[in-house]
Amino acid sequence: MAPPRSFLWSRRIFLTLLTGFVLVPVYVMVSSSLKPLADVSGTFRWLPSDLTIRPYIDIWSTVPLATYFVNSLIVAGAATVCSVVIAVFAAYAVSRYDFRGKRVFTVTVLSTQMFPGILFLLPLFLIYVNIGQATGIALFGSRGGLILTYLTFSLPFSIWMLIGYFDSVPRDLDEAALVDGCGPLGALFRVVVPAAVPGIVAVAVYAFMTAWGEVLFASVMTNDTTRTLAVGLQGYSTLNDVYWNQIMAASLVVSVPVVAGFLLLQRYLVAGLTAGAVK
Amino acid sequence: MTTTVPTEAAVRQISPGTASGPRRRPGRIRRIGLPYLLLLPALLLELLVHLVPMVIGMVMSFKELTQFYIRDWTTAPWNGLDNYSVSVDFDAPVGAALLHSFLVTVAFTLLSVALCWLIGTAAAIFMQDTFRGRGLLRALFLVPYALPVYTAVITWVFMFQHDNGLVNHVLHDQLGLTDKPSFWLIGDNSFIALLTVSVWKGWPFAFLIVMAGLQNIPKELYEAASLDGAGLWQQIRRITLPSLRPVNQVLVLVLFLWTFNDFNTPYVLFGKTAPEAADLISVHIYQASFVTWNFGTGSAMSVLLLLFLLVVTGVYLVITSRGRRTADV
Repeated sequence: MAPPRSFLWSRRIFLTLLTGFVLVPVYVMVSSSLKPLADVSGTFRWLPSDLTIRPYIDIWSTVPLATYFVNSLIVAGAATVCSVVIAVFAAYAVSRYDFRGKRVFTVTVLSTQMFPGILFLLPLFLIYVNIGQATGIALFGSRGGLILTYLTFSLPFSIWMLIGYFDSVPRDLDEAALVDGCGPLGALFRVVVPAAVPGIVAVAVYAFMTAWGEVLFASVMTNDTTRTLAVGLQGYSTLNDVYWNQIMAASLVVSVPVVAGFLLLQRYLVAGLTAGAVK
Repeated sequence: MTTTVPTEAAVRQISPGTASGPRRRPGRIRRIGLPYLLLLPALLLELLVHLVPMVIGMVMSFKELTQFYIRDWTTAPWNGLDNYSVSVDFDAPVGAALLHSFLVTVAFTLLSVALCWLIGTAAAIFMQDTFRGRGLLRALFLVPYALPVYTAVITWVFMFQHDNGLVNHVLHDQLGLTDKPSFWLIGDNSFIALLTVSVWKGWPFAFLIVMAGLQNIPKELYEAASLDGAGLWQQIRRITLPSLRPVNQVLVLVLFLWTFNDFNTPYVLFGKTAPEAADLISVHIYQASFVTWNFGTGSAMSVLLLLFLLVVTGVYLVITSRGRRTADV
């Protein structure tokens, strides 16, 4: 059965407009990253006057981009690994066992997800400053301190998504493993985790992306040496000049790995969202 | 230890009657303790990053916590409900600004969620059946969502520039729609700028979720409807949209909370102090705390915001669950 003409035409118009809306900023990012500074400083032009890869060379020396890159990688990576590993144990407990306080736990996890980050930022800031004053341990401004603050959003999210995903793994599977002589941890790692790999990948990708893009905690909790990309990119605008071509080049360099990873793994993410969030 | 647990569990599974009293006990304790043991790391961290900060946040909101007391916040003097009364005194500057910021946030959130939902749902429905280029388009549509917030927003900042931005170039130079180039990142236009960026970044999430939801609608429903003579538009209105209802209820709530709490977008777009027309509440609280160094008032505002979100979510959950119950009958 062929769709009616009205549907086909609405679809063509709608999808064309939407594609334009989505693509224009992407085009601006790519084309401006290949323009000389004089070109991006003057009136906007759709086509570069002169193609140059100079911005891609200069971005590394204008600001210590490589350092920021490594910082972001360490902070986002560590926050992801910590929250996913801890969430696997917690979600397994919630999904497979009945225990006192289970409801309180799940409701707490769910509700902390809806709280604004600013709510945790102020107290954590004061705690870090005070711990630093009292013991000399520099949590404030350190990567470790930042990783800990990232767990405020990545941990509840990971637990919540994985509970949903583990629930979709048939119980018979791990019960069979228990009968066959596995311990509960054996059942978790030999049966449940392998069966839930798509969900775990989805959660990890999501947690990493969120941490990679985080601005609020990064802007307060970092110093010159621990700055992440989210804050570091501000370094391309000085009082006198804004190096828009370098900002766009750096943005692309920073974005391409995440976007590529996301597009490669998006099938898992959709599967994970369906099982975890949209039940 | 790992070897005794499986054998006991296995013995109990196979022949429940044979396990003797003293041997059963440790096994049972371990079984009851196990969930807590698995939860322990999560519990400790939740305590550390959520519960303790929240309690401290509550305490802070009752203190006169200015920059003089940051070195040791516990020594700050108590001031009872002062922070709260300052925050909700809508005739005085602090309260008036907070109320304004709250109203801006509500308007912004409602518009942004509505637009994200509409665009995402339309795109998902239009792309439900296969056509040439569908896979490519689908990947393309996910790009705004996959981009790190700051790179996406920085690009929009560039596009909204007064002198060298694409938006003014197109609206003024090319289409001649405005008398002179407009300012987008200051003044009243900043609300439109913020909304545009938020929708650009947010709609693909709605698209993803609705696409997932569409897969769960049984094909037989459509077949039966088309046998009864229902056209495609009618099928969308009578089958697709009603079937998406449970998905939409979760989606709208999540979009609402994310947009309402969003800090990244306005902060990268406008910096530490947002223009009045686009002064979202999270940046407002940030500014009260880290620009004017008034942590006490900032905490009180956070607590008020939290209470508001709890009430809204509660009411929303009650309404949607009642809707679901009547829909079942």
